[in-house]
Amino acid sequence: MKGLSNVFRQLRTYPSAVAGLTIIVLMVILAIYALVTIPYSEAVQLWRGGDNVWLETPRNARPAWLNYFYKDKMPETIVLRTTDDPSLKTTVDLGGGVSTSDMLLEFDYNYDGFPTELAVFLTAEYDSARPNVTMKWITPDGREIPIADLSVRAQETYRISQDTRLVRRLGGAQPEIGLFADPTNPGKVVKGTYQLVAEGLVFEEGSTVDASLVVYGQLHGLAGTDHRRRDITVALLWGTPVALAFGLVAAVGSSLTTMMLAAAAVWFGGWVDWVIRRINEVVMILPLLPILIMVGLFYSRSIWVILGVVILLGIFGSGILSYRSMFLQVKESGYIEAARAYGAGSGRIIFRYMIPKIVPVLIPGFVTQVPAYVFLEATLSVLGLGDPVLPTWGKLLNDAHTNGALFNGYFYWVLEPASLLIIAGLGFAMLGFALDRIFNPRLRGL
Amino acid sequence: MPSLAVKLPQEQPKEQKPILRVENLHTWFEVRRMGFFKAGDVRALDGVTFDLYEGETVSIVGESGCGKSTLAKTILGINIPTKGAIYFEDQDLSTLDKQGWRNYRSSIGYIQQDPYGALPPFMSVQRILEEPMKINGIRNKEEQARRIRQVLEEVKLAPIEDFLPKFPHMLSGGQQQRLVIARAMILEPKMLIADEPVSMLDASVRVEILQLLQGLQTKHNLAIIYITHDLSTVRYFSERIFSMYGAKIIEKSSTSALLKEPLHPYTQALFEATSDPDAENLKTFKNVPAGEPPSLMNPPKGCRFHPRCSQIIKGLCDEHIPPEFQVHEEHIAACWLYKDHQ
Repeated sequence: MKGLSNVFRQLRTYPSAVAGLTIIVLMVILAIYALVTIPYSEAVQLWRGGDNVWLETPRNARPAWLNYFYKDKMPETIVLRTTDDPSLKTTVDLGGGVSTSDMLLEFDYNYDGFPTELAVFLTAEYDSARPNVTMKWITPDGREIPIADLSVRAQETYRISQDTRLVRRLGGAQPEIGLFADPTNPGKVVKGTYQLVAEGLVFEEGSTVDASLVVYGQLHGLAGTDHRRRDITVALLWGTPVALAFGLVAAVGSSLTTMMLAAAAVWFGGWVDWVIRRINEVVMILPLLPILIMVGLFYSRSIWVILGVVILLGIFGSGILSYRSMFLQVKESGYIEAARAYGAGSGRIIFRYMIPKIVPVLIPGFVTQVPAYVFLEATLSVLGLGDPVLPTWGKLLNDAHTNGALFNGYFYWVLEPASLLIIAGLGFAMLGFALDRIFNPRLRGL
Repeated sequence: MPSLAVKLPQEQPKEQKPILRVENLHTWFEVRRMGFFKAGDVRALDGVTFDLYEGETVSIVGESGCGKSTLAKTILGINIPTKGAIYFEDQDLSTLDKQGWRNYRSSIGYIQQDPYGALPPFMSVQRILEEPMKINGIRNKEEQARRIRQVLEEVKLAPIEDFLPKFPHMLSGGQQQRLVIARAMILEPKMLIADEPVSMLDASVRVEILQLLQGLQTKHNLAIIYITHDLSTVRYFSERIFSMYGAKIIEKSSTSALLKEPLHPYTQALFEATSDPDAENLKTFKNVPAGEPPSLMNPPKGCRFHPRCSQIIKGLCDEHIPPEFQVHEEHIAACWLYKDHQ
């Protein structure tokens, strides 16, 4: 305990260690926040997507905070729902079960850019006669553009942007542009209050109709969205605990096992030592990445299986030899002899007498190993061998790569996960190097 | 060392029951070539026989590599004897079961040469003292605390509360060696094996440590095997002296008889080599035998000392291993010079 507080006191004198430790603590907080706010099952479901999960987010939208840097302000998504605000709807009973529901969806549009898409989602309740809805668009300069005349099923999605007749009516312009553009200067947005007027007509007692208008923007949220309208924030958040857990478990698991094996080899000597060294020599030359790719292709891509293989192969390597040489020295020390004289057993000597002597050397090594394993997981994901259900940083990079993010200008899609990976690596590396200097004082002069 | 109380061996220990009997003990270490093929044996102990009585101190002297430490480790059970037997209180060690070994280990304490190396650097004083008790089945916390208090008082590491949380590197060399002695005493042993306990300490601390050992011996009636290469400390401390050369005991004697008249040529040379702070030494040359200690893999035929011996009897010493000759009542030498004393 005393040694630990001593290490912390020394750590404070290294600014890089303080910075590294801060980064790690922030990452841990982020990871805990992710786990608390988005439970595992919800994260998996959000990332798998589906019909009703990501209806109201734009495709390939940039992060919203980019507006601070743009001269021309880009639109964010505008959503108006009559179910949220009943005052948007006025119902007049015409008698005989017939009534009108006039819905006025009004919004201010003061951006310089056009929206990316327009859609109206209609819901209706009826027994046999479908309600009817007639929609028209009123621009700030008073033009009225009829849009559509629909008979509404229980769930009706009307994508204004995909209405080819409307395109023809607008003279060939895409509706999300044609409906907002200045007729005299088609590249410019008319700013002001737009209205979508949906005149509903219901034919049954108790039957209702509701509408919601979604004006998809060019910007969304903290991190933007991907090609499947998914909010990248989810993957960035959930990638943190996955990356930290993978890196830590792999580093701790493999280096502790390595140390135990090396200690056992040295302590028991003879054929145990021989067998462990021969296995080590064989496994050392096995290439890690191709084996992981094979496991991913032929067996399972689950992150836990991959983790197991990484630990199993990570146990062996040059580490076992360097630990072995350290243990050979420890084995001959007087206190081990004394422990044998008072009857300590093999297990006790290995775990209570040999390993504690080496642990200080191990700590900096394993701290610097953590980012290596984080990067390994990302590498596998980029190669398309990531876990099929969990959102991770590497999978974001993989998606970005397969969808040509950098050709299409979706730079945020690559930069966000990449910078998180770099920051995580930097934090562990800075802490690890400082720890190395504390535990190996000979490096301090360098 | 004038302050050390001279304790001369007056009482005859022979009437007592031997606490430890070592019979024809051999400890050989196998040397392998390329990991598999046996290249030979290092005969670190080659036929050692002696008795140790209760409350008696025996010094084992000899140069480096003569097998002194191997003897200690074989008695402690760290090395396995190749041949021969060790009896502790008439119980053959090779027949002991687990509980028997535990009892045996509780009855012997081990004091090493390098006190810093003998203490695990990552354990506090308290844990160092608790470890032997935990391993040997003393789990009662109060009993542990009582014993820790008692041994630390006995080795004069006071105030005790200050020392308990300390780590070995915070102690001085003398304090470290006291802690090693405390650890050896914590199981309340009947016998101590001290392997060069003062050779790494400051001259000023040596006397204190030896006095401490002597005090413990009289208080607990301990048998002590005191291994050293330093003859100047032997005479104040032990009742009998065994001289070792080339993995064998070549001379056994009471301290007074040996100091009066060393019999074996090797023991004579050993005494000759002991330095005294005397200005006359500048002018005199010491009669030290030439040559090197024998190889323990291929020991010389006959007497192991014959290649270096100035009094060699050709045809006898270099052919036949000398048996033990009873020269005086308490003085035995394995040397052909005394072949008439059968």
